[in-house]
Amino acid sequence: MTAAILDIHDMTVAYDRRPVLWNIDYTISEPGLTAIVGPNGAGKSTMIRSVMGLVPMVSGEVTAWGQPAGSQLDRISYVPQRGSVDWDFPISVFETVLMGTYGALGWFRRPGRKQKALAAECLERVGMQDFAQRQIGRLSGGQQQRVFLARALAQQADLYFMDEPMAGVDAATERIVFDLLRSLSEEGRTIVVVHHDLRTVAEYFDNVVLLNVRVVASGPVATTFTSDNLQATYGGRLTVLDQMAEAVQKQKETT
Amino acid sequence: MPGSQTIIVLLGTLLLGIAAGLVGTFAVLRKRALVGDVVAHSALPGLCVAFMLLESRSILVLLSGALLSGLLGAACVSFLKRVTRLREDAVLGIVLSVFYGGGIALTRFIQNTWRSERVDLESFIIGRAATMLQEDVMQIGIVLTIAAVVVVLLFKELKLVSFDEQFCRVQGWSSTGLDGLLMLLTAITVIVGLPAAGVILTAALLIIPAAAARFWTDRLSHMMMIACAFGGLSGVTGTLISARIAGLPTGPLIVLTAAFIFVASWIFAPHRGVLFRAREGLDTSLLPWVAERQEDDGGAA
Amino acid sequence: MTNALMSAGLLLCAKIPIPLTGLTNRLAELLSLPPNSVQNAFWTIAVGAVCAVCCAVAGCFLVLRKMSLLGDALSHSVLAGTAGVYLLTGQVSPLPMLIGALVAGLLTAVLTQFVHERADVPEDSSIGIVFTSLFAFGVVVVSQAKGVHLDLDCVLFGDLALAGVNLNPMGGYLWPAAFRTLIPALVITLAFLAVFWKELKLSSFDPVFATTVGISAGLMHYLLTTVVALVTISAMEVVGLLVVALLIVPASIARLLTDKLSTMLWLASAVGVACTTSGYLLALWLESSAAGMTAVMSGLLLAVAIVLSPHEGLLVRAARTVRLRVRICAEDVLAGLFRQQERSSTPAQPVQSSRTECLKLAGGGLLAAPALRWLQSSRLLTGTREDVRLTTQGTRYARSLIRSHRLWESYLLENFNLPADHLHDPAEAMEHYIGPEMQERLRDELSQPAEDPHGRSIPD
Repeated sequence: MTAAILDIHDMTVAYDRRPVLWNIDYTISEPGLTAIVGPNGAGKSTMIRSVMGLVPMVSGEVTAWGQPAGSQLDRISYVPQRGSVDWDFPISVFETVLMGTYGALGWFRRPGRKQKALAAECLERVGMQDFAQRQIGRLSGGQQQRVFLARALAQQADLYFMDEPMAGVDAATERIVFDLLRSLSEEGRTIVVVHHDLRTVAEYFDNVVLLNVRVVASGPVATTFTSDNLQATYGGRLTVLDQMAEAVQKQKETT
Repeated sequence: MPGSQTIIVLLGTLLLGIAAGLVGTFAVLRKRALVGDVVAHSALPGLCVAFMLLESRSILVLLSGALLSGLLGAACVSFLKRVTRLREDAVLGIVLSVFYGGGIALTRFIQNTWRSERVDLESFIIGRAATMLQEDVMQIGIVLTIAAVVVVLLFKELKLVSFDEQFCRVQGWSSTGLDGLLMLLTAITVIVGLPAAGVILTAALLIIPAAAARFWTDRLSHMMMIACAFGGLSGVTGTLISARIAGLPTGPLIVLTAAFIFVASWIFAPHRGVLFRAREGLDTSLLPWVAERQEDDGGAA
Repeated sequence: MTNALMSAGLLLCAKIPIPLTGLTNRLAELLSLPPNSVQNAFWTIAVGAVCAVCCAVAGCFLVLRKMSLLGDALSHSVLAGTAGVYLLTGQVSPLPMLIGALVAGLLTAVLTQFVHERADVPEDSSIGIVFTSLFAFGVVVVSQAKGVHLDLDCVLFGDLALAGVNLNPMGGYLWPAAFRTLIPALVITLAFLAVFWKELKLSSFDPVFATTVGISAGLMHYLLTTVVALVTISAMEVVGLLVVALLIVPASIARLLTDKLSTMLWLASAVGVACTTSGYLLALWLESSAAGMTAVMSGLLLAVAIVLSPHEGLLVRAARTVRLRVRICAEDVLAGLFRQQERSSTPAQPVQSSRTECLKLAGGGLLAAPALRWLQSSRLLTGTREDVRLTTQGTRYARSLIRSHRLWESYLLENFNLPADHLHDPAEAMEHYIGPEMQERLRDELSQPAEDPHGRSIPD
């Protein structure tokens, strides 16, 4: 049996000792498009951030292709929500995309002709080739988002995590992003997207994870994306969990 | 024709300016500009302790002590940020002033204990570029070479960690390691700069040329080269002025030259400069009279 | 320095009385020290204390408003201000110098903001550019002002130790000269605090809300900056650049010890006075710089506060963590013994276990032995090495734990999308945090279940 692409087992994440994600269990065994859906404060971003090792876990483990996810980072790509970089940095759009190839290059080696060609191609896929020499801060929000998608493409990963790539972008960008997700998926890659627009879930995604501080339901959109499950996800927080989180924080509290 | 001492000093300040521009570019972009200041201030007690323990006035011994305590100061900053809820600004101020105080206390203690010997630890506070020795220039040269080699070899990695630390981490690079490396480069540059520029002004050499270079370009590699040029230019100009007018201290003149370059860049640089922006109407509020004149011109035409 | 000593000596000859001479003489007698030295020490400590209180009060707001570095920048640019006045007027007289320094201080604040906003320079760099340039300007001018008393050494090192010697006549008495600026600075600071207390508090805590209720955050910022500049300048006569330590460190220590603004101000003042006093005395003893030792003492006190602070000190935190871990180990033993008892042929009787067995149940780590000791001392376990049993109390405790465990498993099954074999581990982790109240809530939520997902009964 081949190992699952991604296996999250009993993952609990806490901020300041207060649990914000409880016992997440989720496995992806087939390539495809997965949406993570849930209300505000459900821990959607936190979930992918801790899978990427950016937020420490309290318990649990994450494996990719049977190995600890931390050792497979060259096959995993992460597109964060906008705004985490210094927009005034002296760097052009093209150089930003080129950074996607750094992981494969390893220490010391400079990007060569091959990497530059790849970066140019990725830039073209998101329709940003005309802006290649522009400084990164002199773009609109949607354009910046597309540049970071191009950078992710240049990573040529097998597993993509994207944090709300469609949040607050223009219609053109949204179209491009969806086409991109589709073609990546057709190339046999796995994409996990934090998504906020419930109306488009059924249209675009193969699988869905309904998340509200715990996994309420997960599986193929057809069977999982039901009004009962949505009701359970969006029908308010579990007050017991809030109280438990409080109790844990108070007893662990060392500040 | 300048004397040989002036040539040594010129060479030293030139190399120091270049090294500071190189390292300072990353310090400014990584928003660690004041770390250099903290390292410089924290170096003082190390200098004194090195002198007391080894009773040596060899500059290498003193600077090794300075480097150790400078790095200790930087470590204190990250420790305090981690274990207390004090903000970064307070932490920087605390480490800076406590270490500097320790240095002052030790300096005075040494003066009172080693009365007979002439101990010129005070010159490290304001700097005495004019008395620079060939040995000092060698050290600055070595540090510049190290910094240049590291930056050339790891340009891509350093660019990555300065621009997007998170992406650096999710690609599997050690951002702590790279940050530590930048820290170390900053520290050695500051430390070799101490005898010339002094505890208080060394930070300026790191910050000002790099910040001035940012006005002229949107490319990191160009910014770095321009910062080196500005750093070197400030060093040479400051030295020449102080050689001309007796009694003017070299270190502060270098800083003032750099500040002059900064202001000039701010006004005249294309695209990001005040004049250009005012003409483009992007920043009319800054120089209303320029905007007004422009309108007048427009009306006349 | 010798100048100051001589002028003090001359004035002493003129027989102008020094206040509190009786008190200092009595002290000198008690300590059998020369009366002069006690008198000097007394007035130095007094000057240090006034200086420390001004700085601590102003510093609290700097720290709270994340403006600490402004204090640092101000102290450097003061030199530029006095130098500028010297350039303009060609002489050194106190009042214009003070005004010049004040202007330079405000200029630093304005310029820093201006360079940051208008030149798109990051804030830390902008501070670094402004204060170093101004300081460099000051040093250059001072280096040319030969023969005029513009004392760079005083700025760089401070001369707290001379503050008690350098006396000036005022109102028929001889007072420390530093009081001339320090006392007004203190009065102005306290008056500022009294007048603008609620505005300061509000605009430090929530500038946006302050603006919406009509308190101009910008105005408060510049008023505060003016006061800080005044305090800095006055204090610099005594402690030099090390004024930064007195501004920031005591306020930071107080911040670590309390959350209440008024308490913070008191504490910071007390800590500041402790720093200057102990720093001065230590410097006397070690023949070192009083200002330097003051900064060192403040650093030491900060270290002590970080380790020993009653709420968030490292020691308390470590102790709490250890206590929690020991409790968890101990509870694992109780739950383990209870499960064995449940499975035994006589579930009503406590099972017999051994110490080795119990240590294994406790996880076998470093904390296992303390956990067992705790269990025995709180009479949850009894017995000797080879015969360890739960007491009645222990059984009750263990039953409650098992109840928590099984209730949580049921709750997970109902609300989480988890397979049945993934329930035990989370429950094992959570059982330690579920008190009687939570048990009630879980029971109600689950409509009073009798069995857990594995079919075992949930004990009462």
